[in-house]
Amino acid sequence: MVLTRKVRLSPKGEIEIMIEAESISPDTFAGKSEMEIGRLAVWQGPREAQLLEFFEIDVTEEETGDGVSAVDILIDGDASRVKRIGQRMTSGRIEILGSAGMHLGSEMAGGEIRVRGNAGPWAGMNMTGGLLEVGGDAGDHAGSAYRGSWRGMTGGKILIHGNARSQLGGGMAGGEIVVGGSVENFCGIRQNGGLIVVGKDAVRGVGAEMVGGSIVVLGRIHQFTPGFGAAGSEVDPTIGDRKIEGRFAKFTGDYAISKSPKGVLYAREAMI
Amino acid sequence: MPTMVIKNGHVFDPLNEIDGEVMDVFIKDGKVVEDLTRADLARAEAIDARGKTVMPGGVDSHAHVAGAKVNAGRLMRPEDHIGSVRQRTEITHSGSGYTVPTVYKQGYDYSAMGYTTVFEAAMPPLEARHTHEEMRSTPMLDMGAYLVLGNNWFLMRYLHEGEVEKAAAYVAWMMKAHKAYGIKCVNPAGVENWGWGKNVHSLDEPNIHFEVTAREVIHGLAEVNERLGMPISLHLHANNLGHPGNAEITKESLEVPSDVVPSQKMGVEWAETKLDPHRAQSVYLAHAQFNAFGGTSWRDFESGAAGLARYVNKADHVVIDNGAVPFGPATCMTGDGPSIHDLYVLAGIGGQKWSNTDVELECGSGVIPFTYLKGNPISAVQWAIGLEMLLLVEDPWKTIMTTDHPNGGVFTKYPQVIAWLMSRRARDATAAECHKWGYDRSSLGGVEREMTLFEIAILTRANAARTIGMAYRKGHLGEGADGDVAVYDIDPENFNPADSDEVIRAFSRADLTIKDGMVVARKGEVVAIPEGRRYYCKPEVDEGLAKDMMADVREWFKYYTIGFANYPVPDKYLRKPEAIVVNGAEGGW
Repeated sequence: MVLTRKVRLSPKGEIEIMIEAESISPDTFAGKSEMEIGRLAVWQGPREAQLLEFFEIDVTEEETGDGVSAVDILIDGDASRVKRIGQRMTSGRIEILGSAGMHLGSEMAGGEIRVRGNAGPWAGMNMTGGLLEVGGDAGDHAGSAYRGSWRGMTGGKILIHGNARSQLGGGMAGGEIVVGGSVENFCGIRQNGGLIVVGKDAVRGVGAEMVGGSIVVLGRIHQFTPGFGAAGSEVDPTIGDRKIEGRFAKFTGDYAISKSPKGVLYAREAMI
Repeated sequence: MPTMVIKNGHVFDPLNEIDGEVMDVFIKDGKVVEDLTRADLARAEAIDARGKTVMPGGVDSHAHVAGAKVNAGRLMRPEDHIGSVRQRTEITHSGSGYTVPTVYKQGYDYSAMGYTTVFEAAMPPLEARHTHEEMRSTPMLDMGAYLVLGNNWFLMRYLHEGEVEKAAAYVAWMMKAHKAYGIKCVNPAGVENWGWGKNVHSLDEPNIHFEVTAREVIHGLAEVNERLGMPISLHLHANNLGHPGNAEITKESLEVPSDVVPSQKMGVEWAETKLDPHRAQSVYLAHAQFNAFGGTSWRDFESGAAGLARYVNKADHVVIDNGAVPFGPATCMTGDGPSIHDLYVLAGIGGQKWSNTDVELECGSGVIPFTYLKGNPISAVQWAIGLEMLLLVEDPWKTIMTTDHPNGGVFTKYPQVIAWLMSRRARDATAAECHKWGYDRSSLGGVEREMTLFEIAILTRANAARTIGMAYRKGHLGEGADGDVAVYDIDPENFNPADSDEVIRAFSRADLTIKDGMVVARKGEVVAIPEGRRYYCKPEVDEGLAKDMMADVREWFKYYTIGFANYPVPDKYLRKPEAIVVNGAEGGW
């Protein structure tokens, strides 16, 4: 028999200044009572506050027959003014019924985050493992490296059902990002490993300065990145363990940055 | 004013030939005194330093800590800041940054290590305001900045025409106009060529347009320096920095001012010292490590430190700082724009970010992030060279310990460098973790020398102060010196220098840092925030000569994009200025 700890956070109302709440993480909540969780520190601007100022907290425990002991966190409302939820988490689950603020699951190493609404910018920044699923749209820099660095995501998986904005997967070195909708600019900039799949369109700069990894765009690329060379076409290419259906024109690049780049860009032939 | 007695510590005060003697240090009204009266003693703050090491406050004679290029480094490296954050306290600001910290953090971090005085290594004249603004916001430290003059149009013209007197008058005016402390010469004649995508690679190539050679610039500036009687000698960043085989041109460059006689004509009161507190050198070579490369290419790259050190051992007109490489992240920044481009080409696989600037009529600058890895053969040799340059030069009074922060590494790694200097075992242990080139391509593996605490005190305060002309008040604990003291948790009678962890722990967080007789940091925690002094020179020259020179300056000023009236730094940029009158009527020995 194992014990799953279920922590329910119910937003108390509007949050005025956004809060920095990296304490909302299964790793931090493990073994803590309602009171202890409520007293965890969060920053609101320059003020150090407590979680209980912003959420009603309810902890229950459930015995299950198998699996591993875990902490499940449910935020049963909107958390779009709550930043850093699940930052650096290594295990357990977080589910958010509304939207989440910036840095959702940034630097996460394991476990699962599911947000039904949207995620703010920097979701899954520098992620090394685990699963991050966004039901709606994601902001800029999803799955990207921190500003100034090009050592980004190395593992794990990000699923975005809606659209993502710019610099998706910047500096990505491993793992997988799948976007159901469209992306804006510089998707996969400086990528050197891993896979990005874009379900619909991309504006421009796809794979700019990439030297490794793969990008697949199923829709239209409005402005193609100049430093890529044609490398034939492929039907139903298999990338890693994922098979992608369709006829694709294959390109390698970015020759603007390297003499022998290993970056591969698949664009749907029907869209060219 | 603070009055204090530091009791029973083991005092290391090389300028007063005190080598670990157990004694008391007295401070009255912020200054070191020989003794205190009974009444003073009664009100003095008493500090028990029994079983501890007492040194003068640390003096850093070469670090990049303020100004445009430092800030360019901060701006281009947000990733340097995210992982290195300092929380505010009741009295301190917050701060961030590892290789290029914010000004506040910089001040606190230096103070935590027992340093009280830091000099900015390169201030371009046009960036003097920016440099002073940052220094004005740097807490805890007394500071000054060297003015970059090795590729200055006005000086290149004067020196090429042999107008040394006018050149001296110009330098005198520039020091006053920009509130600068000394003459810095970076890649003489070469940075000007970089404006045309070129460089100079020998001492006797005339550069473009000005047709002046590096030799003429070095000799001319050294002559100007001593004619004025500046506190610090010419501070030289030699040509070909960062190129394999540059140890040769470094020796040649150092030989150029060998006939120039050092002369400090400062209108100051000199605190008492047993040794002569005046500098003996006519050239102070910056970050010797980067200019002590052997080999002819990166394939046969090796240390050239042994040859350069042999030269320094024979030459009594030279002082060097080493610019150690303690491994890890760095941000290379220098007025030597072409050297940054070379590094970009070398390290920039896949197009790393970097920046370069031309400072009109004056100089240039470049910045690039860089990481020294133990497993990298070049880094391993550079590590060895940095230590060789201090260990192979026999007379410690010719050497100063730096990392050329943040070029070779960050200043917070000084304790690590001290640990290597004090223990062969510590060096061997690091060499074992390094690429084999570290020991194979240098002489470091065969060096037995292990420095004593007395020698460390020379390299980190006494000689740094003397070399830059600050020994009239800094770098020692003689009567009249500033009450700047560092107390380290090291009992010399019960101390194993081979225990690197212990050495690093003790020097990273001074037990007490005392500035002007006031405890400012306790075990690394900042407890008081003094406002630092800003030193600059006011050289006096013949009025007629100054007038002639100003006529030239006004005529040539048309090449600047700024107006003449906006050029000098107004007094308000310095909150606590300390002008040193140089070459004045009451100056001299």
